Amino acid sequence: MTTRKTLILSTAIALCATGTVAQDVTLTIESWRNDDISIWRNQIIPAFEAAHEGIKLDFQPMAPAQYNSALNSKLDAGTAGDIITCRAFDASLQLFERDQLSDLTDLDGMENFSDVAKSAWSTDDGSQTFCVPLASVIHGFIYNTEIFEELGLEVPTTEDEFFAVLDAIDADGGYIPMAMGINDQWEAATMGYANIGVNFWRGEEGRAALIAGESRLTDDAWVEPFRQLARWSPYLGRGFESQSYPDSQNLFTLGRAAIFPAGSWEIAGFREQADFEMGAFPPPVPAGTEGCFISDHTDMGIGLNAASPNQEAGRAFLSWLTGSEASSLLANAIPGFFPLSSAEVTLEDPLAQEFLSWREQCESTIRPFHQIVSRGTPNLSNESWTAAANVMRGTWTPEEAGEALQTGLSSWYAPHQ
Amino acid sequence: MPQPRRNAPRRPIRWHIAVFLAPAVLIYTAIMIIPLFGTLNLSLFTRGEGGTREFVGLANFATLFGDPRWSGAFWNATWNNLWFFIIHMLVQNPIGIALAAILSTPRLRFAAFYRTAIFIPAILSFVIVGFVWKLILSPLWGVAPNFMDALGLGNWFAPWLGLERSALTTLALISVWQFVGIPLMLIYAALLSIPDEVLEAAEMDGITGASQFWKIKLPLILPTIGIISILTFVGNFNAFDLIYVTQGALAGPNYATDILGSFLFRTFFGFQLQLGDPHMGATVATVMFFIILAGVSLYLFGVQTRLRRYQF
Repeated sequence: MTTRKTLILSTAIALCATGTVAQDVTLTIESWRNDDISIWRNQIIPAFEAAHEGIKLDFQPMAPAQYNSALNSKLDAGTAGDIITCRAFDASLQLFERDQLSDLTDLDGMENFSDVAKSAWSTDDGSQTFCVPLASVIHGFIYNTEIFEELGLEVPTTEDEFFAVLDAIDADGGYIPMAMGINDQWEAATMGYANIGVNFWRGEEGRAALIAGESRLTDDAWVEPFRQLARWSPYLGRGFESQSYPDSQNLFTLGRAAIFPAGSWEIAGFREQADFEMGAFPPPVPAGTEGCFISDHTDMGIGLNAASPNQEAGRAFLSWLTGSEASSLLANAIPGFFPLSSAEVTLEDPLAQEFLSWREQCESTIRPFHQIVSRGTPNLSNESWTAAANVMRGTWTPEEAGEALQTGLSSWYAPHQ
Repeated sequence: MPQPRRNAPRRPIRWHIAVFLAPAVLIYTAIMIIPLFGTLNLSLFTRGEGGTREFVGLANFATLFGDPRWSGAFWNATWNNLWFFIIHMLVQNPIGIALAAILSTPRLRFAAFYRTAIFIPAILSFVIVGFVWKLILSPLWGVAPNFMDALGLGNWFAPWLGLERSALTTLALISVWQFVGIPLMLIYAALLSIPDEVLEAAEMDGITGASQFWKIKLPLILPTIGIISILTFVGNFNAFDLIYVTQGALAGPNYATDILGSFLFRTFFGFQLQLGDPHMGATVATVMFFIILAGVSLYLFGVQTRLRRYQF
């Protein structure tokens, strides 16, 4: 650390001494959202630069799967950009604890966020916040309205109706009922398990109980979603075992599949690819339960590299992001990433509005394995990918999957020992 | 008692040897030996509370072999790797030798074309090979299911890359397809270097055709086959790219295609929410190094010294 500080100090001195402090500060933004590169370059960056003279922005995204490891290496080596897009929870918390992210607790505009929104980027006691919450994603199902009309199907609200719809599409035989593959494994865990599971473990209540050690992964609340996933497999079309995530997206946008278990982040891509009307419905409620839940996952924050020489400019940019202008720009430019700020935002995309409207009807929760319970080895979140894919492939029974996850968690997490 | 001659001219120190060796030694030391010892050293430490480095001796190795989760994953990767190697030895090298034998027959037409065509995959990037085969075998858009349907074998098609029992073998065969040109070229060169006198002498003795290959040519190319085997061994135990490109870092389905390279990648760099652990990663890398060292030593001392070489 001291060498880095010395380095910054000497750089600063060198800059002052030469008297050629650059007029324009360029802030480099590290991100995993390479899908959004044109939105950043054409809309967000010009909007900010127009209002802030002397600060230039350079958006440098990379492939999502490499982001965490590449960012860590770059931060350790001192070559990371000034602005860091923050993954939720422990990945960023560790960076903060290693003094690689600046403390943003007193940033102007931070008061626009609720404690829940900030939870993903705050210390465990909530006293310090190190990233500005940027967006959350909501899980649900996107469906092809034209296929539903053609087959005379109603949008399902309960679990029984959901399977009745799948049966009806299957019986017709013209379309694949649901587009999903398990080759990449995370689809099964994220769009499957975390998507429908919220109604079984009852959102935050079940998540808190798991963290506290009061509920075990072998309980019905956590195994039942696996049983549901096992029932999905026959509806997924031929060869779903080696179908990848882009395959599933293409199947749906080509109009060959009727339903897509989705996250709201799909909206922008589907709008470009699909030439049919789309609708969305929240995870169907199992019989005999009250209320409904949705996975409204805090997904993306944005913070400041502690080693960056441009702290002032960085803070100016971040506090601009908390405001109404940036929130509306982002929400409409990237429909499906919903702002967490309480600043006034209006959405134009009807599909995005539909997703966002569920926040009013249902209780929000985040994905269950992201906070605290994924701190050890084996990593519960990664294990859940393999488990969900195994259940759908028929390699494991739902009970075995629950057992395997519980054994892994018990091996390092004190409240479960 | 004879006195050593005092005034004998001493041999001058031959500086030029050191000078000429220096560039190679320096470069090799800087990019191979230092990193290698760095890795070995890294595996003896762990990250303590607050990010400090703490010496733990061989504790990381004890975890790797003693902890049921680590050792389970490690042995799974090792056996998969061994199977990967066995497929290459049983399929790639015999096919390579057979093709070389066919190509070296003097009356074959278009030999240069076949040779080039078979060698081309070896110069393609893993990314292209992985992507192309993933597409070919895709149950949705691939040509494989339609092709097999046309042959009346449609029921035999399965999403091979997605099934635990077939995924690794499929990947090994893809890799064989890609690299069969390497043994082909080496054997082909060895076959061409056999002098005509030897073959003519064999013909005089009535040894022709297939028996000439088995009795004359094969013994003469055995040293080359040995080299190919060891190259295959080292290549396979360092393989990683194809698995990563086609199956991702989790080496699905259910770790069925996890080999030492992908296991090392996941451990060292982390994956998604799992943060990387350079110390355990270095431990895995060290064990890989010793596995390869053992294999190579076994070959050098057990096989190489017994191979008979013929001088023409």
